[in-house]
Parts: sequence; structure tokens; C-alpha cells
Amino acid sequence: MENRINSVSPISDLEIRLQDTMCVNESQLQHKWYHNLKYMVVGILFGITFIKAEIVSWFRIQEMFRFQSFHMYGVIGTAVVVGMISVWLIKRFNIKTIYGEPIVFYNKTFNKGQIYGGLIFGLGWAITGACPGPLFAQIGTGALAIIVTLLSAIAGTWVYGFFREKLPH
Amino acid sequence: MIDLLKQPWPWYVAGALVGLTVPALLILGNKHFGISANLRHICAACLPSKVPFFKYEWKKEIWNLFFVVGIIIGAFIATTFLGNSADVIIHADLAAELAGYNITDLSNMVPKDIFSLKSLFTLRGFVLMVGGGFLVGFGTRYAGGCTSGHSIMGLSTLQLPSLIATISFMVGGFLMANVFMPYIMSL
Repeated sequence: MENRINSVSPISDLEIRLQDTMCVNESQLQHKWYHNLKYMVVGILFGITFIKAEIVSWFRIQEMFRFQSFHMYGVIGTAVVVGMISVWLIKRFNIKTIYGEPIVFYNKTFNKGQIYGGLIFGLGWAITGACPGPLFAQIGTGALAIIVTLLSAIAGTWVYGFFREKLPH
Repeated sequence: MIDLLKQPWPWYVAGALVGLTVPALLILGNKHFGISANLRHICAACLPSKVPFFKYEWKKEIWNLFFVVGIIIGAFIATTFLGNSADVIIHADLAAELAGYNITDLSNMVPKDIFSLKSLFTLRGFVLMVGGGFLVGFGTRYAGGCTSGHSIMGLSTLQLPSLIATISFMVGGFLMANVFMPYIMSL
């Protein structure tokens, strides 16, 4: 259980953002908004892949959890191997960002939330057939009813944030 | 070429492309792949409150919201211009099980029989759509990440907590699909 929030010394914005997340961004570069469009282009390619490989298919997720198909294991396994090799290459050759900044990695510390939260997410994943990324993609396919599911996921995140201090970590 | 793109892509092509998202985001600007964080940024941006967990400068993470808008656009492009109208081919055992739940429409990524506005106003549909979404949002943040943040980014950087989280995701999903789902589907 972390009590840092209630302590007298104010905690920094970065510290709050670092709670329970994998991704923070502390670049000192100031960019115009349109510099973010390059992430949208990556998102578009990612979204196309999601659909064309049926990663966001509710049916493929059901097969995965019933061990009826190798497809999703193949996708996730290949992604992890490609990701690992990429990260190794970035570290090995000290590759910089396109702006010349060194690439920074954060180590994750263990807390029990990864087990409790992980189990809760897993239960939901099998119901919706979607983790958060595919929820957005399913809406993009025209399945507009999934907007309800996404709003409920946002509500779930908010409720977690509200009760965070009382939950075991 | 276009015909080839219209076919369902094999797992090794898709897996490689998903994996390449990790270095792409890092090299474009030190960004760490993690989609569930957006649910938190939306809370921070749209639901002003005194909850300390949401009191941070969400605009510093706005790149991630651009990324998910891209996902929505990409999904639309793939469905509209690269789609094929064939039903998804699923394992015979799954098809039989789903038919037992009156799920027979295999024409979409999402089964219309249970995820639709009409279904939302039934007990089963409400539990699946609202309950399922809530568990995804609550669980991913409690776990500190989802499939992208933990299973892909976290495992790529050899984080043990991410391996523990990934195993927990799979155990939860396995329990739901094989143990609890028949009860929920019979609501």
C-alpha cells in the first residue's frame, strides 16, 4: 500500500503519472501539436493490422482462451520476440530518437495489483473479447455499440483511481 | 497486391508488425507502448475531480490519444477498403458452443447477437457489455497495464512484474471462458 499521495511533501506530476502505468513521457522538447500526428500514423498502421489479422475478433479471443487455435499465441509470441530484439538493438547500439534524445527505459516494481488486477482484467478480456486497444478498433469497424463498453471501461478506471488507496497493492 | 492485403493476414506478419510498434514509438519520441493508460488520460481530461490519481498533466501524454485515434481510423480503413465479406472461420467446437448460446452471426469482428444496442437492454447483454468493460478498465489500471503495456512492452524489456501480470491475464481469461461464461450466457 502506497501512502505517498497523503504525505506532507507534495509529489511531482511525473510521480503521479508513473503510478500503475507502463508509459510516461518526460521529454523536455516542446513541440507543436501536429508533431503528434506521427503517432497517429503508427496507430493507423496498428489498427489496420488489428483488423486484417483478426486480433480484435471476439471469436479469436474465445478460441485463444479455449486453446482451440494457435493464431493469437502466434501473434503475441511473435510480437514479444520482435519487441525484445528491437529493444536489445536499441540498447546495444545506443540508438537515439529522431530528435537525438537518448531512449529511456523504466523498470517496473512488483506489487500485488499485477496479480489481482491482472485476474480482473483477464475475466473482462474474455467477456468483451477485447483489451483496451481492440475496444477502440472494434468501434472503428462500425460496431458502435462497443462505445458503451468503452465508456464502462473508462468508468472502471475511474473507480479504480477513486478506491486506489484502499486496495491491496 | 490489394487482393493479397484483403485476405486475413497470417499471425507471423501481424505479430511482427505489432512488435515493431515498440521500437517505432521509442524512436519517434521515447514513447512507451501502452494503450490502457489512455483510459486514465481520458478520466484526467474529462472527469475533473479531487482524486489524486487523476490530478496530473495529462496533456504531456496526449501523443497516446493521437495513437488510439489512429487505431480507430486504421480499423475503419481496413474494414471499408481492405475488407472481405466472408464470415470468420472458427473452430467447430466453439461454433457448437456459441450456437448453444444463440450466437450464430459470425459476420463481424464482434458478435452482433450479444454486442448491440438491442442486447444492451437485456440482462445478459448488460452484464457482457457494461460488466465486461468495467472489468477491463478497472483491472488494467489495477494491474498497471494491459496486453500492450505489460505483455508486449513489459516482456520486451524483460520486466518480471509484466510476466506475472501476463500470466494473471491468461488465468483470468481462461477461468471466464471455460468456467463462468456458460452461466453468464444463460442469463
